[in-house]
Amino acid sequence: MVRLISIFVGIGFAFVAMVAFVIGVYGWATEPTEKTAEYTFHLYPRDFQFSFEGPFGRWDQVELQRGYKVYKEVCAACHGLEFVAFRNLADLGYSEAQIKAEAANWQVPGIDPVTGEATTRPGTPTDYFPSPYPNDVAARAANNNAIPPDLSLITKARPNGTDYTASLLTGYTDPNTFQIDGKLLRQEFPDFTVPEGLHFNPYFHSLNIAMAPPLTSTGQVTYDDGTEATIRQMSHDVAAFLTWAAEPKMIERKQTGWAALGFVLFATVLAYLAKQQIWAPVKPKNRKTKPNAS
Amino acid sequence: MSFPWAKQYQPANGFTKWIDEKLPLPRLVYNAVGAGYPVPRNLNYMWNFGVLAGFCLMMQIVTGVVLAMHYAANAQVAFASVEHIMRDVNWGWLMRYAHANGASFFFVVIYLHIFRGLFYSSYKAPREMIWILGVVIFLLMMATAFMGYVLPWGQMSFWGAKVITGLFSAIPLVGEPIQVWLLGGYAPDNAALNRFYSLHFLLPFVIAGTVILHIWALHIPGSSNPTGVEVKSESDTVPFHPYYTVKDGFGLGIFLLVFFTFVFFLPNFLGHPDNYIPANPLSTPAHIVPEWYFWPFYAILRAFTTDFIISAKLWGVIAMFASILIWFLLPWLDRSPVRSGHYRPLFRKFFWFGFMPALLVLFICGGAPAEQPYIMLSQLATAYYFLHFLVILPIVSAMETPEELPYSITQAVLHSDKKPVLGENTSPAV
Repeated sequence: MVRLISIFVGIGFAFVAMVAFVIGVYGWATEPTEKTAEYTFHLYPRDFQFSFEGPFGRWDQVELQRGYKVYKEVCAACHGLEFVAFRNLADLGYSEAQIKAEAANWQVPGIDPVTGEATTRPGTPTDYFPSPYPNDVAARAANNNAIPPDLSLITKARPNGTDYTASLLTGYTDPNTFQIDGKLLRQEFPDFTVPEGLHFNPYFHSLNIAMAPPLTSTGQVTYDDGTEATIRQMSHDVAAFLTWAAEPKMIERKQTGWAALGFVLFATVLAYLAKQQIWAPVKPKNRKTKPNAS
Repeated sequence: MSFPWAKQYQPANGFTKWIDEKLPLPRLVYNAVGAGYPVPRNLNYMWNFGVLAGFCLMMQIVTGVVLAMHYAANAQVAFASVEHIMRDVNWGWLMRYAHANGASFFFVVIYLHIFRGLFYSSYKAPREMIWILGVVIFLLMMATAFMGYVLPWGQMSFWGAKVITGLFSAIPLVGEPIQVWLLGGYAPDNAALNRFYSLHFLLPFVIAGTVILHIWALHIPGSSNPTGVEVKSESDTVPFHPYYTVKDGFGLGIFLLVFFTFVFFLPNFLGHPDNYIPANPLSTPAHIVPEWYFWPFYAILRAFTTDFIISAKLWGVIAMFASILIWFLLPWLDRSPVRSGHYRPLFRKFFWFGFMPALLVLFICGGAPAEQPYIMLSQLATAYYFLHFLVILPIVSAMETPEELPYSITQAVLHSDKKPVLGENTSPAV
C-alpha cells in the first residue's frame, strides 16, 4: 500500500516538474534572452601580486603604510573605516608615540565637557576612524544619491576583493574605445550610455559606477619612502591596506594554521601506525587475495 | 542488548566498584563505545562518519557557546559584534571561522553518512528506527544551520531569512499570517533575530538528545556492515575498543587535516562575500543563494515554475519538504531482501548513473542563478529524484536478482568460515 501510494505520488511530482520543464524550454527556445552589455563587457578582477597571498604570506609593512597614506589623503574624504581603531595601526609598524600623534590628526565626534553639546575633538589611539558624514542622508546628498560604502570589510565583501579593489581603481576607461577580444562596446551595444553623474568602469558589476576616478595622476600622494606614486602603485598599495583593514589577523591565522596542521599531521601518523599494529592480528594473513566486496 | 560474546565490564578497583553500584556510567560507556560493544570486523572507511558527526556536533557546541559569550543578538549591533569577535576577542577569529566552517564540515560528514546509509541500505529492518531518528537529526540540523546563518546579520543573513520564511506565505489563506507570526513582524528584524538566536542555541541540545536516541537504537541490532550480512558468530566481530576507537582516531586526524586547511587558509571559501555587507532591507542582492549544503533542496524549490492546480510556489515548497520527508519511508519503499549495493546489480546502476548524477545537477543548479539552462536541468533532475525514491526503488528492489552473498562476515574477510553444523553451538560460552 505504501509503495502503491508512493509510486503515484512520485509520478505526480515528476509529471509537474516535467510540465514546468516543457513550458520552460519552449519559452527559452522561442524567446531567446538577449545578452546585456553588463553580461558581455563586465570584467573579472585582474591578478595583482601581493606579499600576503598564499599560505606563507606576510604583510609588507612599508606597503601598508603607503596604502594607509592613500586612504587618508584620498579615500577618507568619502569612505569610513568604522571597524578599524587608530591603535590597530601598530600592525603597520608605527610606534605608540607615532600612533598617538597620528590619531590626534583626526577629528572624531565628541561631547563638549562644559556644555554637553556634540562637538569634535582630536582622536586618541582607542578611537575608531571617524565617518566622513554625520549620517546616510548627508552621505547621499554629497554623492549624487549613492552612499560611499564603509571600507573596513570591502575586500571581504566583494568576490576576489583585493584584486577587485586594485582593478576597480585602475579600471576607469573610455566607453567609446573600450573593447574585449576585438569586440567594441560601442558597436555591440550602440544604445549603451553612461548616465549623468556616473563613470564607466568595466570592473563594476553594472559597468557604471557613481564614484568618480579617485586616483587620477602620478604623484597625487607623496610617498614618504620615495616610491613613485603611479596610479597602479597607489591602487596596489591601498588594496593591500584595505585587505589588512578587513582582516588584520590574516597572517596570524596562517601561521597558527601551520602549527595546527603540523600537530594534527603528527598525531594522524601516530594514529595510523597504532591502527596498523592493533589490526594486524585480525587482518587476513594472505594479503594477495582480494577480500570479496568488503 | 548485545551479542552473547560481548565482554562484560569489570570494575578494576574499589572506587569503580562503588561507582558501578551507585551510577554505572563507566559501564554505560564501556558497553556503548568500549570493549563491550562488538562491531563487525569488515567495516570500511564509510563507517567512520558517525563518530565524526558526533565530533562535529560537540565542536559546534563548544565553539558556539564561546561565540555566544561575545555575540549580541540585536539588529543594531549584531554585525558589529561579529567584527568585534573577529578583531578584538582573543582567538575570536579562530572560534568564528571554526564554527562557520564547522557547520559546512558537519554537513559534509552527514552527507557522507547518509550516502553510506543509502548505498548499503542501512535503513532496512531491523534498523528502521535508527534511520528515522537520523532523518530527524538531519532536519534539526538544517533548521539550526539556517538560523545560525542569520545571526551575523549580513546581507545574505537578512535576505535568506526573508526568502525562507517567505516560503510559508505560499500556503493558501493562512500563509501570510504564518510568515508574520514566524518573523514577529512583516520583515526580518530584531524580533526575528532574537528568536533565531534563542532557537539556534536550543536546537543543538535537542540534536544531542536525538543523537543519544540514535545511538541507543543502533546498539540494539548493532552496526550494519558492507556485506549487509548480519553478524552470525564471534569471529564476525571485534570489540569497538581498541579496534574502532583507533580507526576512528585515524579518521578524525584525516578529517582535521582537511578541516584546518579550510579554517586557517580558506576560511571564507565556503561563505558568501555579500554576508560581509551589513543587512540592508532596502537593497536586494543580485543573487540570493543559501549556503552550499542547501543547494540541492533550493534547486528543487525553484524547479517548479508553472502553476498546475496549485501555484508554482506552493509546488516548490511542498516538493522541497517532500524531498526529505520521503526518506522516512525508505525502509518500506526498498523491499530487496539484500542490503548492500555491492550485491544488487540493478539498484547499483540506478544509484550510480541515475541518482548520483541527478543529485550533482541539483547541487550545481541550486547554487547557480535562476536562469536557463539551470532551471531546465534542475527540473529534469528533480523529476528523476522523486522517481528514483518513489517509483524506481520499489520496483527495482522487487524485480532484481541479487548476486550471491558471502555466507558470513568472516568468510567475506578471510575467505573461509567454519559453517555451523546443525546442533552445534557457534557462540562461545558467555
